[in-house]
Amino acid sequence: MSLQVSDLRVYYRTLAGDVKALDGATFSIADKEIMGLAGESGCGKSTLGNSLIRLDGRMKYVAGSVKLDNNELPIWDNSAMNEFRYRDVSVIPQYAMSAMNPTRKIGKMTAELLESRGESFAEIRPELLRRIDLVGLQRDVLSRYPIELSGGMKQRMVMVLSTLLDPSLLIADEITSALDVSTQRAVAETLVSFRDHGFVKSMIVITHDVSILYQTADTILVMYAGKLAEKAPTKTIIQDPRHPYTRMLISSLPEVGIRYANKKLSGIPGSPPSLLNPPTGCRFRARCPLAFDKCAEEPPFVKIARDHDVACWKATGSDA
Amino acid sequence: MLSFNRVSKFYKVGTFGGKELAAVRDVSFDVNEGEVVSLIGESGSGKTTIGKMALKLIEISRGSITCDGADVAAIRGGAVKSYYRHVQGVFQDPFSSYNPIFKADRVFAMIRSEYFADMARSEWDDKVDAALRSVTLEPGQVLNKYPHQLSGGQLQRLLVARALLLDLKILVADEIISMLDASTRIDVLNMLAELKGRGMGILFITHDLSLGNYISEKTVILRRGVVVEMGATDKVFGNPTHPYTKILISSVPQLHKKWADVEAEIRARGGDDAGVCLYHRFYRPMAQVADGPDDRPAMLKVEDDHYVGCFELGQGVCKV
Amino acid sequence: MTGVVTGEPKKGLIKGPPGGEATAVPAGRKRGEFLYFALRSRKFLLATGVLLTLIGIAFIGPMVDTNDPLAQNLLPMRPPTTETGYWFGTTYFGEDVFAQFAHGLRATFFVGLLGGGLAAVIGMAVGFTAGYRGGWVDEMLNMATNVMLVIPTLALLIVISSYLQRSWPEARGIPFESVFVGLTSWPWAARAIRAQTFSLRSRDFIDLAKLSGRRGWKIIAFEIAPNMSSYLFMTFILLFGGAILIAASLDFIGLGPTQGISLGLMMFNSFSYGAALLLGLWWWFIPPGIGIMATVGALYVMNVGLDEIFNPKLREI
Repeated sequence: MSLQVSDLRVYYRTLAGDVKALDGATFSIADKEIMGLAGESGCGKSTLGNSLIRLDGRMKYVAGSVKLDNNELPIWDNSAMNEFRYRDVSVIPQYAMSAMNPTRKIGKMTAELLESRGESFAEIRPELLRRIDLVGLQRDVLSRYPIELSGGMKQRMVMVLSTLLDPSLLIADEITSALDVSTQRAVAETLVSFRDHGFVKSMIVITHDVSILYQTADTILVMYAGKLAEKAPTKTIIQDPRHPYTRMLISSLPEVGIRYANKKLSGIPGSPPSLLNPPTGCRFRARCPLAFDKCAEEPPFVKIARDHDVACWKATGSDA
Repeated sequence: MLSFNRVSKFYKVGTFGGKELAAVRDVSFDVNEGEVVSLIGESGSGKTTIGKMALKLIEISRGSITCDGADVAAIRGGAVKSYYRHVQGVFQDPFSSYNPIFKADRVFAMIRSEYFADMARSEWDDKVDAALRSVTLEPGQVLNKYPHQLSGGQLQRLLVARALLLDLKILVADEIISMLDASTRIDVLNMLAELKGRGMGILFITHDLSLGNYISEKTVILRRGVVVEMGATDKVFGNPTHPYTKILISSVPQLHKKWADVEAEIRARGGDDAGVCLYHRFYRPMAQVADGPDDRPAMLKVEDDHYVGCFELGQGVCKV
Repeated sequence: MTGVVTGEPKKGLIKGPPGGEATAVPAGRKRGEFLYFALRSRKFLLATGVLLTLIGIAFIGPMVDTNDPLAQNLLPMRPPTTETGYWFGTTYFGEDVFAQFAHGLRATFFVGLLGGGLAAVIGMAVGFTAGYRGGWVDEMLNMATNVMLVIPTLALLIVISSYLQRSWPEARGIPFESVFVGLTSWPWAARAIRAQTFSLRSRDFIDLAKLSGRRGWKIIAFEIAPNMSSYLFMTFILLFGGAILIAASLDFIGLGPTQGISLGLMMFNSFSYGAALLLGLWWWFIPPGIGIMATVGALYVMNVGLDEIFNPKLREI
């Protein structure tokens, strides 16, 4: 198993108390698997993604373990994690387009990045050029400044840089949100090609756009209010989801071909609970049309089929 | 009815303002009351500029916009206020639309002080309550709160409620959905459809084709400031003629079809030679005519209520 | 800086700490939070303490020590004792140094208020107009600001002072000095306010105000200025301190008022007329020096403290 996460809890420190942004995540990702991490804003997906590589100052590691290729990742220790960052775990951050130093030529920036990791730029250069060709950029991009590139080009450049040392795990955080529809497709397809070429072993693609995940991911993990709701192969999530939240989410997505006059879609009434003092029991209870009294007790994230995990009493047939 | 007639917007760029950039070129279409017109384009297409020109926030360089026959650009001074009684706008970022240091319902107070200064307090409160209910908001939940205490969806709906306090005929909705969560999106969309049912005309600006397809009667596809295709929504989406429209539709990530399948479908349907757009196939001789958009017909009719244009207007060959 | 958020064009969903909080802190929460952090900020408390002490001396001092500061009727050159009238000693001419100090503090604060206030008003008027209108109005005002910045105020004051000495000697009083300082120290404030206004001008809520029928000055007064209130307050504090410093410097080199007394004038007198350094009359120039230093220093420290209070990012949790 490539990545194993076990009961991971990461909270945010605030004046008003701890915001329980990620409250017990347990799942695993196999080699060569692209897992999509979907959910609405505030569900904890960014927290989960970021906690695997770097806890920023506001985040507080509370409990849980992360194992990558059977090595424990010391995510609570910033300097110990440095060994693993970029080599074993890499990230394409949100707003990656602004991640490049605007005052440096891209080639120089790459050289500095590699030197700081103890790698020789000269040795890696041929591979770097090969990958630049692969993503469809010109080789002279190395002698340009970031401002000379378009959004999609910058995004692809950052993708090449993030995966240059062939990490085992790549975390892509909302990389398509700020792009146009045609560039979105190019970037998403590039991401998949990285896995196909073997540059990256497994990937976590974090996004709120489930349809992009349908096109690129093998499995989808749906989160709600800091907890895991459902994890299953992509087709299953889209066509036969078992968690009520997933069901309502999928059916609220408009598609080309669906028109209001013909089929009126409906959203999910209500709003997610506050994570400062989350409710006991199932966190979706207040908005769930299928809620019953057992839901006052928190449902565990259990297997209901070979690759299908759900956290719902109804779905696991415990409503008998 | 809001009518755009060969509207253009030019910006002076370069040192000493030597060069001219056409943000919008020769755009014509109508928005009638009781219908939703989607203005679809990627970034840089000029769609926001068109919306702002309709709202008199940006000046028109050439052409004219008329509202019920009256020239919008000619309205000055005190008459501007009466124009805003009939035409209002809602923008993309709900949190930026509110002054963060004041309460959210101050936007209502602003309308009151400018338009309804003589109205009695209780009458005003009733009016506000009615407007809130028509956008499916509970007055007790949203009044007297600060913007950060409300969700994006509630804030957007508050802005629509504000617009409804006036005698609204046309609403310009500029990307109002893109910053909302998936579950609230559909609620706001349904609300817009209801408003349309009650006789309002809506200019729905978006980059998301599935949203446009869901809610609108007419669609206008914009690229680099020029209309490339427009007409009844089902005709534009059902029979995309311009190569750009075809690319857009095939790039939208769908929930039940992979990208490759959508492309194959479109290719199978259309028999056009790739690359040269319909417009230039029929009007190639016109390319030799002296420059000037007045010499050239703006759009070519494909079928009833379906027109196609060219984004390289003024140039010889259409490159996609 | 403070509660002003710079807009970033982005099409993705808004990211922030979970719980959906926006990044700006609105007024209601601000008041409660302001007090909370104000009472915890050592810099702010220290600075306020120093200033209140000095204001106290300025107010109460002359009531307790009723000597006329310019009356030369005491025993000259006496060091400080506990005898009334001799708390800070006397000058070469037999004037009460403490009375001079207390009256001087009053004058100093007056200069700060009038000069700083005038500079703040002009700076805001120029900055807001230039930032909001843009275009050629901005160009003109920018030019004026730059010209004012470049003019050497010292040389200007020498010319004006010597001219006035001939034709209108009564004008060389403290009010004149304050007005002069006010008229020459507004440029940097105008620049800063202009920059902030620029960044606020393109925000959506300004467009919304326009769509509500609001025009020009109303938008500046009701939408932009309140958003920058903490920034404007801190600008005023800096202008206040700056005015005091400039006035003290002018006094010290002899370009100050010919009537009245101020801390700078005390130092001027002690050095040029009283040869205080040579004669070892340290009690004559050290109190005013400390007075100026303490006032201006406390104001600047308060400014830093306020920055921390208003700007959540500078705070430590």
